[in-house]
Amino acid sequence: MIIGKVIGTVVTTISHPHLKNRRLLVVQPLSLSGDVPDPYFLALDNSQAGVGDTVLVNQEGNGNRQAIQNPEGCINSVIVGIVDSVYLGE
Amino acid sequence: MKFGKVMGTAICTSKYTGLESLKLLIVQPLSKHLEADGGLVVAVDVVQAGEGDICVMARSREAALAMPEIKFVPVDLALIGIVDEYNVRPDGELDFILKPGWVQYS
Repeated sequence: MIIGKVIGTVVTTISHPHLKNRRLLVVQPLSLSGDVPDPYFLALDNSQAGVGDTVLVNQEGNGNRQAIQNPEGCINSVIVGIVDSVYLGE
Repeated sequence: MKFGKVMGTAICTSKYTGLESLKLLIVQPLSKHLEADGGLVVAVDVVQAGEGDICVMARSREAALAMPEIKFVPVDLALIGIVDEYNVRPDGELDFILKPGWVQYS
């Protein structure tokens, strides 16, 4: 799982049935200063995250299928939590 | 899952069994500002996307799971949504750097 920040929303009227009833958000992963930032990706919201929230994103297929309770879900990334605070040692 | 813009189609008469009824589209992967990013790829279309549509692409195992019937086909990229509206915060407005120590986010 990774920590990322929601930077945008996507509206798709015609989409795969597995994407129904959930928002599709654009997430930019957080990175340490000086590191090359990872590219953006799209994630299906499962915990009512909004733009500007810092979120926890699961990027493994099986975990996503359990998160959205769909044994055949075709989703690469699911937002599984909203981060309150982060402690990073030196 | 990323954005992709449909550029064209590919027609294969002889291909792996199970791929018969699937439409192959040539797709240009896009960045978050919808600019071209990387080379052209071929994706299977399941949402009847046409040329010039900006779509949502699922990759790897999830692309095969997006297929209509047979879920066990050699497909690693599928178009699973056609984007109607997309808005993104401008660069530099949000901070993406992890700082040491306690950081409160919400």
